Amino acid sequence: MTEWLERHVPKMVLAPSFVAVLIFVYGFIIWTGWVSLTRSKLMPKYEIKGFIQYDRLFASPRWDTAMDNLFIFGGLFIGISLILGLFLAILLDQKIRAEGALRTIYLYPMALSMIVTGTAWKWIMNPGLGIEATVRSWGFESFTFNWITDPNMAIYAVVIAAVWQASGFVMALFLAGLRSVDEEIIKAAQVDGIPTWRIYSAIIIPSMAPIFLSAFIVLAHLAIKSFDLVIALTGGGPGYATDLPATYMYAMAFSRGDIGQAASSAMVMMGVVFTIVVPYLYSELRAKHD
Amino acid sequence: MTDFTQSYDAPRRNYSQLVLRWLLFSLLGLFALFYLMPLFVMVTTSLKSLEEIRTGSLVALPREVTFDAWRTAWSETCTGVKCEGLKPYFWNSVLMTVPAVFIATLLGAVNGYVIAQWRFKGANLIFSLMLFGCFIPFQVVLLPMARSLGILGLAGSIPGLIFVHVIYGIGFTTLFFRNYYVTIPSELTKAAKVDGAGFFRIFWSIFLPLSLPIVVVTVIWQFTNIWNDFLFGVSFSQAGTQPVTVALNNIVNSTTGVKEYNVDMAAAIIAALPTLLVYVVAGKYFIRGLTAGSVKG
Amino acid sequence: MAPILDINNLYKNYGSVEILKDINVAIEPGDFLVLVGPSGCGKSTLLNCIAGLEPITGGTLSIGGKDMTHVSPKDRDIAMVFQSYALYPTMSVAKNITFGMKVRGVDAATQERKLNEVASQLQIEQLLHRRPGQLSGGQRQRVAMGRALVRDPKLFLFDEPLSNLDAKLRVEMRSEIKKLHQNLGATMVYVTHDQIEAMTLATKIVVLKGGVVQQIGTPAEIYNRPANLFVADFMGSPAMNLIPAKATKNGSGTQIEIARDGAAPLMLTDTHAENLPQDVILGLRPEDIAEAGFRAGEDVQVAECQIDMVEPAGADTFVVSELGGKQVTARLHAETGAESGKPLPLAFDLSKVSYFAPGTGERLN
Repeated sequence: MTEWLERHVPKMVLAPSFVAVLIFVYGFIIWTGWVSLTRSKLMPKYEIKGFIQYDRLFASPRWDTAMDNLFIFGGLFIGISLILGLFLAILLDQKIRAEGALRTIYLYPMALSMIVTGTAWKWIMNPGLGIEATVRSWGFESFTFNWITDPNMAIYAVVIAAVWQASGFVMALFLAGLRSVDEEIIKAAQVDGIPTWRIYSAIIIPSMAPIFLSAFIVLAHLAIKSFDLVIALTGGGPGYATDLPATYMYAMAFSRGDIGQAASSAMVMMGVVFTIVVPYLYSELRAKHD
Repeated sequence: MTDFTQSYDAPRRNYSQLVLRWLLFSLLGLFALFYLMPLFVMVTTSLKSLEEIRTGSLVALPREVTFDAWRTAWSETCTGVKCEGLKPYFWNSVLMTVPAVFIATLLGAVNGYVIAQWRFKGANLIFSLMLFGCFIPFQVVLLPMARSLGILGLAGSIPGLIFVHVIYGIGFTTLFFRNYYVTIPSELTKAAKVDGAGFFRIFWSIFLPLSLPIVVVTVIWQFTNIWNDFLFGVSFSQAGTQPVTVALNNIVNSTTGVKEYNVDMAAAIIAALPTLLVYVVAGKYFIRGLTAGSVKG
Repeated sequence: MAPILDINNLYKNYGSVEILKDINVAIEPGDFLVLVGPSGCGKSTLLNCIAGLEPITGGTLSIGGKDMTHVSPKDRDIAMVFQSYALYPTMSVAKNITFGMKVRGVDAATQERKLNEVASQLQIEQLLHRRPGQLSGGQRQRVAMGRALVRDPKLFLFDEPLSNLDAKLRVEMRSEIKKLHQNLGATMVYVTHDQIEAMTLATKIVVLKGGVVQQIGTPAEIYNRPANLFVADFMGSPAMNLIPAKATKNGSGTQIEIARDGAAPLMLTDTHAENLPQDVILGLRPEDIAEAGFRAGEDVQVAECQIDMVEPAGADTFVVSELGGKQVTARLHAETGAESGKPLPLAFDLSKVSYFAPGTGERLN
């Protein structure tokens, strides 16, 4: 008996967490998937009716806007954050005396809640008293910066705030990557007389492909889940101009009382995440099994 | 580390290099301004009177420093119907975050210890499944979780929020500890087994004392995530149990009354202070936590 | 006397991979058993099976006459020293040594007494309050031994304990382990990939390859009468010369013919060998080929050989000559007049010769 217990203690210790994950992650995904195939409205129903919720979803102009916004926002947010992060990392890699302080300054937004970020930028970008008013007070009377209230531009305002929050993190990733490049290779290149910019473009940056991938995955994941920032910055407005799938899902679930729509939109979000994350995780886990 | 710069006491540093160096510093300075500006604006705005905000410039220092907005934000401003300031919600966040961080870290430590040091058939599959759970968009579990919390009698309560944060934190904490413990030679466990120590004894006497660095990273990571969470907070709380992020959003986006920007800013800073403090005090570990979750999975 | 360790038909699989196949080993109290083989041969796995750290797939294992096949490590009355020393990093040296006693509930006075005994035996008294991180490699090694000694077990297990030390320290510790074995009269099982360690320490050697026992015997048996080509090649440095040859019956003896490039074949007559097949591999250790005149005996035969290379090594000089298409090494005394590119008469001591079958690699004589 004690023998048996001894052998199975590790499994028994792991079991509660595993069961919790099975139920609260996988079970819940199945539940949501199931409900997305029903006519659930205010209360969930469990009778499967096919893909009507998805038909409704894809026919909804609001969802259309949300998906468009996801691609605009996601593309710009990821792209700019990667470029800016890499750029800052390379600048900081030049033996700067104040490197520690600058790194701290670039990275601190990552410690903030997106609600705080949204609150700050909402104030800075409000046309009445923010940047627009300030620049006008300097004498540039025709200066306009009203993206946050302009339905066509509001999503770009969200991009600015999101890049501000996350680019420092990308910088930290790349800086760590730059520092881990084999010094001897760089010395060899310097001895060969290769100019600095060529060393970066031909040797260092290509060797950081895995970091690009990691940063991309993290940013993509942030983009798809991004909800807090939009709520705090624009509330999804003006109108539905800055709706994202995450805000759409929330609105359907908790203010519209349309559980079927909420479930189906959540499933689509998960589909998008998984097409990005699954290959990555798979390769990571494969690599470690050697 | 790469040293591309010439030595400072090189007899003649040529002109173009000097220009490059200046360009480098100006660029770095400009970006520093970009990142600092919102914080600067938040702080200065929170110290101004509403009158000065309306008439003055966004980027100007306050002519007259007043802490009225801070007092209002902390104990007087209205969130929805109640007007008690941010204070009760701040404590809600503390009551929610501390136990959730503690429990998730402890579970992660034990799980990581099992997966890294007591390998058994299927352990890797279990680990993969748990890791996967870290990456789902939480929207996919919101609806069933709301119903489950109701069934468990935890709906709209702080224990309910603790429960949710623990469940969805286990994946990451397990990952952190597993990756740390996997670097400890398995011979240590073997030696302790031969010495007669059992599963818990080995964990308690040998692994836990070794774990301070990873505990710090995990706690910071969990603390930052849970304190800053909004989605679970807004979905699973009710009036009176909301965490500070939800209350802040309610203050800022309330449509009634005069817009008090200085109070908004003070409230935002209050909500951000704990995590900012952690970042300033333990920035090194904070970065390690951020990168640990992503660089090396 | 009953064997203190008795392994019968032991099998170990990982999934469908067979790591150990039909292992049968028994040792008496006081034996020093060395498990030796190239990396991946299963020697460490076998040690872990003896310790109970790995469950075995088939067969039985008894220690001190008691069946231990399914007993957990802590109840096997063993102590183990690991390659990485596996010292508990957060505990002082003293705590490392007494941890096992503490876990077993030994009273504090006994712990203290045993700790002091072992510390003085290993001369580590001044280290007792340090952490493992503050110790040198050799000191860690001593502490790891201390942790084992304090148990006073039926069986000591060593898993390549010296392989992390530098060459000089390794030799020192090796003789210290040998002394310890002699003084304690303890029974030890020792894993190594270093055949010199095996030769110097063992009273009994098990040579393993691919999870199969190749030969069990005393160091002398293994060295002088290797059971097959693998053992012949693996044990001894420089390795045994293994030369393809042709054997023909010749009156009372056997004529051995070794082909040479650009010269007449080397002919030797072995008066003892019987019933050899036509094709054989002749095995002769370098020290059994000497300079003519320095080795006498009825089985010593001299032949002129072309020297291709001369390698002085201090105490000895090795010379290389091509015989049967193989680089054959002979161990000569240091003051030899051998010169590369010139012929030299060499004495082959056939009383030490081994013959192997080219196909199976098994020993023939």
